Amino acid sequence: MAITRQILGRLTTLVASLLVASAGIFVALNALPGDATAAILGTNADPAAISQLRAHLGLDRPLWVRYLSWLHGLVTGNLGTSLLSGDPVASLIWPRFGVTLSLVTLGMVLSVVVAMPLGMYAAVHRRRARGFIAATLSQLGMAVPAFVAGIVLVLVFAVYLRWLPAGGYTDLQRDPLEWFRHLILPSVSLALVNGSLLARYVRAAFVEVLTEDWFRTARAIGWRLWPALWRHGVRNAATSLITVLGLQLATVFVGAVVIEQVFAMPGLGSLLLDEVGKRDLVVVQAVVMLMVALVLIVNALVDVGYLALDPRLRGRREMR
Amino acid sequence: MTGVLEVDDLSVDFGRRRLPAVRGISFSLAPGERLGLIGESGSGKSVTALSIMGLLPENARVRGQLRWRGENLVGRPDAVLSRLRGRDLAMVFQEPMTALDPTMRVGRQVAESYILHRDASSGQVRGTVLEALGRVGIEDPQRIADAYPHQLSGGQRQRALIAMALMNRPSLVICDEPTTALDVTVQATVLRVLNRQLASVQAACLFISHDLAVVAQVCERVAVMWRGRIVETGRIVDILERPRHPYTATLVAAARFDPSEPRAVPADLDAEPGAVPDDLDAEPEGAPPTRPYGGEGR
Repeated sequence: MAITRQILGRLTTLVASLLVASAGIFVALNALPGDATAAILGTNADPAAISQLRAHLGLDRPLWVRYLSWLHGLVTGNLGTSLLSGDPVASLIWPRFGVTLSLVTLGMVLSVVVAMPLGMYAAVHRRRARGFIAATLSQLGMAVPAFVAGIVLVLVFAVYLRWLPAGGYTDLQRDPLEWFRHLILPSVSLALVNGSLLARYVRAAFVEVLTEDWFRTARAIGWRLWPALWRHGVRNAATSLITVLGLQLATVFVGAVVIEQVFAMPGLGSLLLDEVGKRDLVVVQAVVMLMVALVLIVNALVDVGYLALDPRLRGRREMR
Repeated sequence: MTGVLEVDDLSVDFGRRRLPAVRGISFSLAPGERLGLIGESGSGKSVTALSIMGLLPENARVRGQLRWRGENLVGRPDAVLSRLRGRDLAMVFQEPMTALDPTMRVGRQVAESYILHRDASSGQVRGTVLEALGRVGIEDPQRIADAYPHQLSGGQRQRALIAMALMNRPSLVICDEPTTALDVTVQATVLRVLNRQLASVQAACLFISHDLAVVAQVCERVAVMWRGRIVETGRIVDILERPRHPYTATLVAAARFDPSEPRAVPADLDAEPGAVPDDLDAEPEGAPPTRPYGGEGR
């Protein structure tokens, strides 16, 4: 089947880009001056002790050998052990992964939920003042950096009104309500910038929908405007919008790193910053690789999503 | 007697600068009557059609009256107009290539025009849809219903669109250059399908075209539009012999009549619903889905 071949082709590209990304991350981090020995023994350590430790950690082996053994570890699920604490990297990452994943997911969902109606409204009324206001409003959100929004939200809703916690995190399994309460402010600040940007794309996509001949046909057979937009417009606009969403995911991960600091959330971002500070490269490598892999995988899913959304692409050699 | 539609001093202008597109036109359509509306691009034909449908963009301003069975439609809310659209008042557009939703199977789109005006679920309508596709001369309705628009030829798409428009046996069908984007050979068969379908549901028709020869295959009477006004109205045979307005004269001179083409088919003849004549599928199947016109005249 042509579709199966298309999906297999996309999976091949995914594996290839994961390999390239892993090599890039490994080389970049290992090329940094000052390896783990300096972090463990301090800068004034005895050269003999340093070379002994290097041999012990396997750092005296050539770069490509170390890369291959790291890659082997990645594939078999062994992320290595922390240089400083000696803990398995996986045990450091997993508890924090849930925090970041919750934040990123909720941030994305929130931005879609706000951007879709806002962008559609701006598109429908683009020739009127209210459409202009909706479009301007969404520009405003884009101009405010996420961390500034976060600080303002904390001041208003946590410090002044005392409605929501100012920071921290509670596990979903422990207390779903508290989990959600802790996530509201961080994900709102994350969604503010992201949603504003998305609203622009939503508006553009629906301006196009509104001028399409098939949209006029849908109206001519008796659909009212908004039902026609939901029934025929969303599906057609989605092809361009999921591309944007896939690209935005990377930005949102970066945003989450910052937001976790603002809200003192024990997520991957704060782990990453801690370990960069401590020069624990094994942990940093694993965290960066995890984030990059997630972004690449989601973008591959986006490409497969095109096939579901647009029948014209099925069976083509080129997917885009 | 009152017509299905009476257009009374209709004017349409656009935007803040009030650019006029239609300047005070009047005409009326009796039940089952067919009127050609002819003129060059930009003369206001399509704007007239869209204003009757209530599908003009937000920045359009409509004055005058559009009386549907005696009731003025101008300024009525979309909730009222959308109930009329597709049920009593249908439209076939110029661009069959782009007039169907590319992400939805053709059968479902045809079904929508039926379901929207009834309490029916899509499961029950399948038979009705296949029947409707058969009536417009699609010889393999099962396959076409399950196909996506890009898998169909231009002629097949326009037939599907005609089936959609006539699904609810409307009293008026507005056709906006329905064959302009089609090959000449396909044009003739699609016009024949349209003629037969209009006759079988006894719908009135406003047929918009820039080609007098095409109009003559569907209508007896024609109104000539020029720069937003109707400059001449009459029977086609009379206008051909004695054009009064200079623009009409150039139209007549430009029209090419093929003596083998049938002239206006009388409405009471050839009205066998469901009958599929053999010669309708002369058009090659699966023709390349290119877009011959760049959306001209809009």
